[in-house]
Amino acid sequence: MNNILVTKEVTKRFGEHTALNKVSLEIPKNCIYGLLGPNGAGKTTLIRIINQITFPDEGEVFFDGELLQPHHIATIGYLPEERGLYKSMKVGEQALYLAQLKGLSKQEAKSKLKYWFDRLNIGDWWNKKIQELSKGMAQKIQFIVTVLHEPKLLIFDEPFSGFDPINANIIKDEILQLSANGTSIIFSTHRMESVEELCDHIALIHQSEKILDGRLSDIKKAYKNNIFEVGLEVEKGDLLLQELQDKFQVLSSTYNSFEEQLDIKLQLPSSDSMPVLSFLAGKANVNRFTEMIPSANEIFIQTVQDKDAK
Amino acid sequence: MNKLKLIIRREYLAKVRNKSFIIMTFLSPLLMVGMVVLVAYLAKLNDNEKRIIAVLNESNYFVNDFMSNEATGYVHFENINLEAAKDSTASLGYYGLLHIPANDKLEIVAEDSFFYSKEAASTSVLGDLEAVFQNQLRLKKLQNLGVSTKQFADLDHQFEINTSTFAGQQNLKGINELKAAIGGAFGYLIMMFIIIYGGFVMRSVIEEKTSRIIEVIISSVKPFQLMMGKIIGTALAGITQFTIWIISAGLLFILAFLIFDIDSSVLGAKSDLSSGMGVNMPVNLPADHGALEQYLTEFFKLPLIMLVVFFLIYFVLGYLIYSSIYAAIGAAVDNETDTQQFIFPIILPLMLAIYVGFFSVFSNPHGPIAVGFSLFPLTSPIVMLMRLPNGIGEGGVPIWQVITSIALLISTFIGIVWLAAKIYRIGILMYGKKPSYKELFKWLRY
Repeated sequence: MNNILVTKEVTKRFGEHTALNKVSLEIPKNCIYGLLGPNGAGKTTLIRIINQITFPDEGEVFFDGELLQPHHIATIGYLPEERGLYKSMKVGEQALYLAQLKGLSKQEAKSKLKYWFDRLNIGDWWNKKIQELSKGMAQKIQFIVTVLHEPKLLIFDEPFSGFDPINANIIKDEILQLSANGTSIIFSTHRMESVEELCDHIALIHQSEKILDGRLSDIKKAYKNNIFEVGLEVEKGDLLLQELQDKFQVLSSTYNSFEEQLDIKLQLPSSDSMPVLSFLAGKANVNRFTEMIPSANEIFIQTVQDKDAK
Repeated sequence: MNKLKLIIRREYLAKVRNKSFIIMTFLSPLLMVGMVVLVAYLAKLNDNEKRIIAVLNESNYFVNDFMSNEATGYVHFENINLEAAKDSTASLGYYGLLHIPANDKLEIVAEDSFFYSKEAASTSVLGDLEAVFQNQLRLKKLQNLGVSTKQFADLDHQFEINTSTFAGQQNLKGINELKAAIGGAFGYLIMMFIIIYGGFVMRSVIEEKTSRIIEVIISSVKPFQLMMGKIIGTALAGITQFTIWIISAGLLFILAFLIFDIDSSVLGAKSDLSSGMGVNMPVNLPADHGALEQYLTEFFKLPLIMLVVFFLIYFVLGYLIYSSIYAAIGAAVDNETDTQQFIFPIILPLMLAIYVGFFSVFSNPHGPIAVGFSLFPLTSPIVMLMRLPNGIGEGGVPIWQVITSIALLISTFIGIVWLAAKIYRIGILMYGKKPSYKELFKWLRY
């Protein structure tokens, strides 16, 4: 089995409302899997089902090849979007309690906590109360508690909310490190720039249904629409532009006569760029030739809008 | 099971380490004892105040009747008129002036006597005065009838009817009041505990919701475990508090009586029974030593071990039922202000049980109302405990009723915990809106 988690036609209803409609996912081992979707799409419900907080009305969930069972909880780490800590409890005591609830012995929990507290430079927080900490500081504790028991699968729901950029970067590096060490990660967010940075696979959930999933690079390939950006160094840009417009579909163009720089955007009939390049050969000095690959954000918006339009 | 233990431990420590809990635990007995001592002290102070009453007696009657005693001093005016006597009384600062006019006939003298005072006279003073007049009038009438004083004294006879059960058990007259007091104290204790600690459970659930820790925890333990852990942990904290209260209240009472030298035979009878429980029983216990001893003997004749065992059973079951409802309410709402509409229906059966107990069970412990309410699971922990001091079996509560009520309690407990756990499970993950009863009902079917 190369999948850490598989859902088969999972359906969940709350009274009249269907929160998830036959959602099937395959989440490969050792990858960072982005679970994307607008607010209210059903991401949190799906995550809660994976964590066995709620249970599907129909469909099945398999964890590492086995049907999902209560004992799997100890091998899953979950950082929920709505997260908090007991305000009047001390940091160390609280972390110990939560770690023990995950099944660690007190001794194990203590030594692991010490490792992580040192790693994130918060060793001196042990006896502070949560209410004395800032929001970002509390988030660090939550992150530690989530990863402490070395789960096979980590689920992060909007992990960067509440962090300043510096700490967000620290956490991002920790996530990448965990992934490099072989942990599978589900990453739920609607912040697309972090998806580009982190995710290998994505699934897009919209209005309770999965509308797109797969390897991020494959999806991008599928969504590119053969638009190329070309930068040309040419003396008589006006003439060349005229020729190009006759032969190809030029979407936009700018010509800087002082720098003799012509920038154009071309729409080609296929991903084959040879005709353009051979046409340009000898006519101009090509200093830039880029295929426009859609960002995850564009794919996200376009897919959701296409779906809504239907 | 291990997780449940962890949760119980956390809940217990969180509660016990709480500053307000510590303050309440140690301050309450002090406050309570302080108040009782204050009341006793004031009562004693009040008694010590000696009133002086001026008497202007112009008749030939009552010559030796108004003599100074411990509580009241009498000053006799002679050979002045009423106006002068009034002025002197006022200027000397006496409590009041009793004017007995001159006349041949005792009846007319009595009729025309007046008591003048600065403010409205206290009823105890008037009562004393009236008693003197009544006594003289009675003696006069007896003389007219030809009855001697000695014969009259012989007439006076104290009588108390002897009572016994059919089984032949001899009872003291006051034993029913004693039983009522013990039953009432147990019932009241249960009600207080449920309301106070049920509230703690509810607030603790709300705290987990508002601090958003709930989803972190709920991914590693079952909602049911969390709920039960919370209920049990809070109950243990409550039992700790009550134990401290009972012990410290007992010690403080002993200390207080030693320091203030309050007549322990007057207060002792009441405080022995009620102080530890923080309840003032509406029962008049006799003040003299002999009766107190008899009460104590009777008290030890009661099936005390049986009572304590049943108290624990009903206490635990009643608390579990109510606190799971409280937990469900806490899960259903977002903040404490939203809880009012749900709390009232819970307190209602508790209040009803107490009132039914005081007004119906004490006078008729085995009547249909008492039986009904001691079987109904939401009131039985309180009402049954008010009946149980009468014993079980012959002359007491029939065994089938005890068994039925416990069986009903257990099945209700299972049912309620199941329902509460459902509401709890859904509610803890719902934010932002206050649910209606209709929605709660819908949650039960998810």
